[in-house]
Amino acid sequence: MTHTPRRGIRTALSATAAAALVLAGATACGNSDDGLDADGNIVLTVQVFGGAGFGYDELVKQYEKDNPGIKVDYQVVTPDYDNEYRPNLIQQLDAGSGAGDIVAVEEQGVGQMMAMSDYWVDLAEYGLDARESDYTAWKWEQGHTLDGKLAGLGTDVGGMAMCYRTDLFEQAGLPTDRDEVGALWADWDGFTELGEQFAASDVDASFVDSPSQLYNTRMIQEAGNADGISYFDRQNDYVLGESAAVRTAFDYVAELSEKDLVGNFRSWTDEWIQATQAGGFATMACPAWMLGVIIDHAGEENAGNWDVAAIPGGSGNWGGSWLSVPTQSPHPAEAAALVDYLSSPDSQIAAFEAVSNFPSAPAAQADPVVADMTNEYFNDAPSGQIFADSVADYRPVFFGEMHSAVRGAVEDVLFQLVGGTDDPDAVWTAFVAAGQEVVDTGV
Amino acid sequence: MSEVAERGPGRLRRLVDRFDLRAMPYVLVSPYFLLFTVFGLFPLGFTLWVSMHKWRLAGEKEFVGLDNYGFLLTNGNFWNATYNTIGMFVMATLPQLALALLLANALNKRMRGRLLLRMGILLPMVTSVVAVAIVFSQLFSYRYGMINWGLESLGFDRIDWQADRLPSWLAISTMVDWRWTGYNAIIFLAAMQTIPRDLYEAAAIDGASPRRQFWQITIPQLRPVIIFVVFISTMGGLMLFAEPMMFGSGRYDGGAAGNFQTIGLYIVQAFRERNNYGLAAAAAWLLFMLILIIALINYLFTNRIRGNK
Repeated sequence: MTHTPRRGIRTALSATAAAALVLAGATACGNSDDGLDADGNIVLTVQVFGGAGFGYDELVKQYEKDNPGIKVDYQVVTPDYDNEYRPNLIQQLDAGSGAGDIVAVEEQGVGQMMAMSDYWVDLAEYGLDARESDYTAWKWEQGHTLDGKLAGLGTDVGGMAMCYRTDLFEQAGLPTDRDEVGALWADWDGFTELGEQFAASDVDASFVDSPSQLYNTRMIQEAGNADGISYFDRQNDYVLGESAAVRTAFDYVAELSEKDLVGNFRSWTDEWIQATQAGGFATMACPAWMLGVIIDHAGEENAGNWDVAAIPGGSGNWGGSWLSVPTQSPHPAEAAALVDYLSSPDSQIAAFEAVSNFPSAPAAQADPVVADMTNEYFNDAPSGQIFADSVADYRPVFFGEMHSAVRGAVEDVLFQLVGGTDDPDAVWTAFVAAGQEVVDTGV
Repeated sequence: MSEVAERGPGRLRRLVDRFDLRAMPYVLVSPYFLLFTVFGLFPLGFTLWVSMHKWRLAGEKEFVGLDNYGFLLTNGNFWNATYNTIGMFVMATLPQLALALLLANALNKRMRGRLLLRMGILLPMVTSVVAVAIVFSQLFSYRYGMINWGLESLGFDRIDWQADRLPSWLAISTMVDWRWTGYNAIIFLAAMQTIPRDLYEAAAIDGASPRRQFWQITIPQLRPVIIFVVFISTMGGLMLFAEPMMFGSGRYDGGAAGNFQTIGLYIVQAFRERNNYGLAAAAAWLLFMLILIIALINYLFTNRIRGNK
């Protein structure tokens, strides 16, 4: 009888232990360590981002059919790459669990990801270096870590074009035919001239949507035409202040702002979306995937009001992704095989058909499905051809480890130029300092 | 045999009684302290530990002592964020508390539909902060905003709410006030209802005006509640994050020139955008200390409330 109280304590202890087990179980069953399901199939998790994802639903079903014993868990994690997907992925890599067997890496973060060499499987070990001939040199190159590991295989690519409002051009008395417009702004001087004519008319709209998109397009072209260096040199030293490409692009934005041609519509804000619909600006630099965004924002009532012409200066790229295998994957060989399949030129075409992600493989770009693509919403513009041309002679730009963080900070400073009240020299100083601040506060 | 059988349960009952008397209170309050240890104390200590490192995820972790604090205390952008935080705190909190007091005083009177009105002022509180911020950023939008449209039709110039310090502070303070004034008013109102009616009746018989009653009876009687509300507002106001973030379209830099970047935004920027957990942790600790200091100042100030004369 005297042991009764002790039994009480024991009950309490075992209850506590049970509670602890439940808690531990709840965290542990999130992902099984061996990557097998109940039937002993290998489960490969594929994590991508974006509103529409990467268009892999059908491909994944096919792959499971062709490879018995392998199940693919295809997850579109979040539409927001930079603010959610990238920080979360870094946390998962650090924690050693939670990341997929295959994860997508976007251009914005490729410098940072490729700097973390230890966390990526070398795909060359599984024979994927044989895929080099499928890619342009630059897309292939950017999938390598700083120490030369093949850590990512390219999927899509941005490509560059200039979208414009035919209705506003017509009101301003400018030509509206895309070939004619493209010829008039074959270079950036032509773009400026057209802008001045637009401003001289009394159409109440900005010529360009924002300083940042204009700047980025110009900067990436200039850097590609020079040595491919923008904010960081290949030793990851901050060189923004000395980069001729950066200065040229900055001065160009300052010049257009001075002439009052640049709008104050920051990408992805409600105001920008409203302006896309209501005609707040006449032109916007647009990568391939932006066409879908415009259709989404401007709506059916604007069908035919938007058109696509070649980008001034001829080439450019914005966006595009790679598939990588983290070392924490329990099945690197199987994951590498799936990467091989998902990034093949045929799969790139299938993904393009599914969600309009423009292929990075030249063979896929040349495929009639892609090359002959026209877009009804944009007056049947031959968008497949336009984007293929824009990346044909595109030359690669190096993205340092902190490129995307610096880009975010300096882009913001550009908005001080709009309105023309600020002195461009002062803004330039703030521009260089904003990037320096990122270098100082980042690690 | 039967004696033994009776002794057992009797002993047990005594033990249970003693347990009930001595230990039960501790058992009952323990969930809070356990949770506080896990979710309050541990993170606090761990943050302090991280703040003394050069710490990045998926990268090196190196002990650097107080370097991060030294960097922040000599960093212009951190001071800018501190300045903005305090500025917006003052701009939002002072009118908010004054308004809440007046509102509570008005609602404390006898009037028709009292319950409905009292519930009405709580409505902004239950609106999601993100929804509030989206609506307000639309109102304050430069080209398509309703407020600028109103200004223009009255013959004034449009204001670029994001471009300068004061307009952006004003816009953000409006959001904060809209959401929290009702909340504070309800707390004041609850406190006002505990003030004995006889005090007012006696004052009225002595010929004190309603205004005088408010200053000489209501305010002094509310002192503990005012202190509480000021505390809560100090913490909330200095940790301002969601409103300026949404006002800046989800970015952490607080406008083209950092006009409205708060310390909250600075911290998140350091670890989400720049992967610098050490710096973010140090900034969080500095914010913690700033809140302590300002809360203390406010306490000394509000503690002086007396029914003078």
